[in-house]
Amino acid sequence: MVTSLRPKSGPARQYHFPDFHDEVLPSGIRLVTAPVKKLPLATVLVVVDAGSVSEPRGKEGIASLAAAGLLEGTNRFDGAELAEKFEQLGTSLESGADWDSAVIKFTTLSDQLDEATRLLGEVITSPVFPEREVERLKAERLAEILQLETEPRGLADEKFSEFLYSPESRYSRPDEGSTESVNALSREDVEQFYGSNYRAGTTTVIIVGDVTPERTRALITDAFRNWPSGSAQKPQLTTAPRTKGRHVHIVHKPEAPQSELRVGHVGLPRRHPDFFPTMVMNAVLGGLFGSRINLNLREVHGYTYGASSYYDWRRGAGPFVVSTAVESEVTSPALTEILLEIDRIRSDKISDEELTLARDYLEGVFPIRYETTAAIASALATLVIHDLPPDYYDTYRKNINNVSADAVLEAAIAHLHPSELQTVIVGDAKTIQGALADSKFGELLVHNG
Amino acid sequence: MGLHGGQFTTMRIPIETFHLENGLFVTLSEDHTAPIVAVNLWYHVGSANEKLGRTGFAHLFEHMLFQGSAHVGSNEHFELIQRAGGTLNGSTWLERTNYFETVPSNELALALWLEADRMGELLPAMTQEKLDTQRDVVKNERRWAVDNQPYGTMLEKMQELVFPPSHPFQHSLIGSMDDLTAASLDDVAQFFSTYYTPDNAVLSIAGDFDPADARRLISEYYGPIPRGKGKPPLAPMNLPPVFGKRLREVVHDDVSLPRLFTVFRSPVFGSENYYAASVTSAILGLRKGSRLHRSLVRERQIAADASAFTFDLAKGTDLLVIDVTARPETGVSQLEEEVEREIDLLYRAGVTESEVGRALALIETDLVASLQSAGERADRLSMFATYFARPELINEQVDRYRAVTAKRVNDLVSERFGQDNRASLLYVPKEGVESDNVLAAAASTG
Repeated sequence: MVTSLRPKSGPARQYHFPDFHDEVLPSGIRLVTAPVKKLPLATVLVVVDAGSVSEPRGKEGIASLAAAGLLEGTNRFDGAELAEKFEQLGTSLESGADWDSAVIKFTTLSDQLDEATRLLGEVITSPVFPEREVERLKAERLAEILQLETEPRGLADEKFSEFLYSPESRYSRPDEGSTESVNALSREDVEQFYGSNYRAGTTTVIIVGDVTPERTRALITDAFRNWPSGSAQKPQLTTAPRTKGRHVHIVHKPEAPQSELRVGHVGLPRRHPDFFPTMVMNAVLGGLFGSRINLNLREVHGYTYGASSYYDWRRGAGPFVVSTAVESEVTSPALTEILLEIDRIRSDKISDEELTLARDYLEGVFPIRYETTAAIASALATLVIHDLPPDYYDTYRKNINNVSADAVLEAAIAHLHPSELQTVIVGDAKTIQGALADSKFGELLVHNG
Repeated sequence: MGLHGGQFTTMRIPIETFHLENGLFVTLSEDHTAPIVAVNLWYHVGSANEKLGRTGFAHLFEHMLFQGSAHVGSNEHFELIQRAGGTLNGSTWLERTNYFETVPSNELALALWLEADRMGELLPAMTQEKLDTQRDVVKNERRWAVDNQPYGTMLEKMQELVFPPSHPFQHSLIGSMDDLTAASLDDVAQFFSTYYTPDNAVLSIAGDFDPADARRLISEYYGPIPRGKGKPPLAPMNLPPVFGKRLREVVHDDVSLPRLFTVFRSPVFGSENYYAASVTSAILGLRKGSRLHRSLVRERQIAADASAFTFDLAKGTDLLVIDVTARPETGVSQLEEEVEREIDLLYRAGVTESEVGRALALIETDLVASLQSAGERADRLSMFATYFARPELINEQVDRYRAVTAKRVNDLVSERFGQDNRASLLYVPKEGVESDNVLAAAASTG
């Protein structure tokens, strides 16, 4: 039968994150080129400093609408023609905005790169935002918001943000806007947001694949000619929490067979000095399949299909959140276990076994994350968005490896706040609220879904 | 089409194949650009092989494969691979179940050994307690992915609608709660000895490895595992090319917007006409330049979203599905009429060479992009080896697609898009639920 002798690891082969060339073109556009020659492919990813946190108050959703609107027409082509042109080249543009930036990207066979990039330049530098298409995109966003009412996972995420952050915080409101804010947006708002946020000085073009810096420099200089330089003013972002002390919010979904749970508090900004110990700490707590929270809720108790925790790393302090869906009847015991795990990782040092599992995983999985041109481009976008040092990926594994069990304990004590935990449950209030009335969970509030 | 030249036409991934004496089919594909390697196993068993009263068993069994084997503890498989810096998972489909790891290349032996241990000696590790826990986990997976998710019942409702009773593809893949409750340790033992045998499996390795080392490890770990005793034949799978009549089902569900799935019987995956069907589906619903998106979302603005896809079933019949979600102001009957009109238009007037060119260009880029990942290469090698015993088909896909012309698409459309081959699965928001008095009872409201 199969040998009982466990194989030993062989000698590891060196891996380096792809070399990249980083420059600012005379126009003010930053260009990052990573030659990766394995296949005749290239990914072009444009990052513009035009995310939701750049939106003026009352214009929530404008960043996403502007990013989507780019594809709806230029002076020469309407939206349908643009889609057709890209797709005849075998590619299609994706565009959208998250909290920190707008991203426009495509992956193409390299012999179509020049033509697709010239079209991309036209789309980004001379969009016309036709009224009819802006109104259609708004209507599509409103349909999406309506869909969320019956989609417990998305609803739980959205309600969690709302109950976590102060109403003054942009993070408290949906990143793509609410029914009210989207309804109020106009074509002129899109023009204005585009005009003040989309500029050479706020734009980085990342090109990864079968290319050279010489080729991309010529290409981008040509594709983005005639574009105003300069950068944009940003509104101040607050990330203050909404309340002090624990609260439990039930968002009532009649007859829901499961409770969607989110438990957490305001976390840390991406450039926090404790980023690495906090990441290792979270891996042990809920970041891996073999983490405490998943093993406890799934493998010991069978309460759920899966449970995890994460810090949502943004420029401002994004949320720390434990996320799971459990059978309605066990909502209260599942919440109790989550709270216990958060207390436990703050009170005792993690074992060597746990420390090495988290570190070895994060270190070893590194090359697997960067197999595709699209994944490498996204990694480079992270450098740009968070202004991380150029050797960030070269020193990443050393930084992970330097994290000790003491540092994990310190990070847990400093960056997990049991007394401030906010719990949001999308579930059947009738079934679950009795057991949640226990004061250890915090003040209970029930809302109509 | 003359759209692409140069490197692309000559691109081939290297493939070596061999069989062990116990019937295990092995495919190897070297690539040393990064120090990582993917190990991928396909067992030729899926929900289609389940017995009456045991729906969901193939998938529950997949969960049990992570619960340890003779020399591996419960959940240790996950731990050892993650500790090695690898990623892993498994998945169950109608016709197959797969298990896969991508690991740093110096950990190839570990991944091979873990897969061999559970192929050879799973049963000593099985206990009632583990089965009970995984049954609860799977029931929660069902609640999460099916019961508590808008349109989550789509797959099982569609299978029920478009396959005749007793057809192996007719019943639910995730299974009913009752059947999951009924599953026993005896079922686990029987399923294992029938289907989890080397002669019912394909093992693929892609990435950074030395073929001589790989052969040595494979023969050491997998060689001693005995061949199976054969598996029972499936009920007859073949079906006529069309339904023969109009099929329709309306589901009143907890959804916000009406959504219509229109299903067509379509040539099986891998057959010559499959490629014409796949191109038809791309013309109809791949990306924003597709017919349905352009017409229903952009121009007529009656749909929030529109797409099309094929299931890629290799036996019986494949299914081509058109998926259109209504805008809030679009009525249910309008949704049905507008989609019907598009299908009629396609059936009457066919497609143009330019539409075929757009579809082929997109498909070709996707095919090349998919070769970037070692895991993806290994999975496709296993797929072609399992279904057709020809892993080298991975290198023939581009040519097969390129051979598709507007004429072939139009022949396919004439055969498969008539009134006699349409099945509608329509989701409609259920009537508003009465406001509960639960709010009044709450501590406070926000």
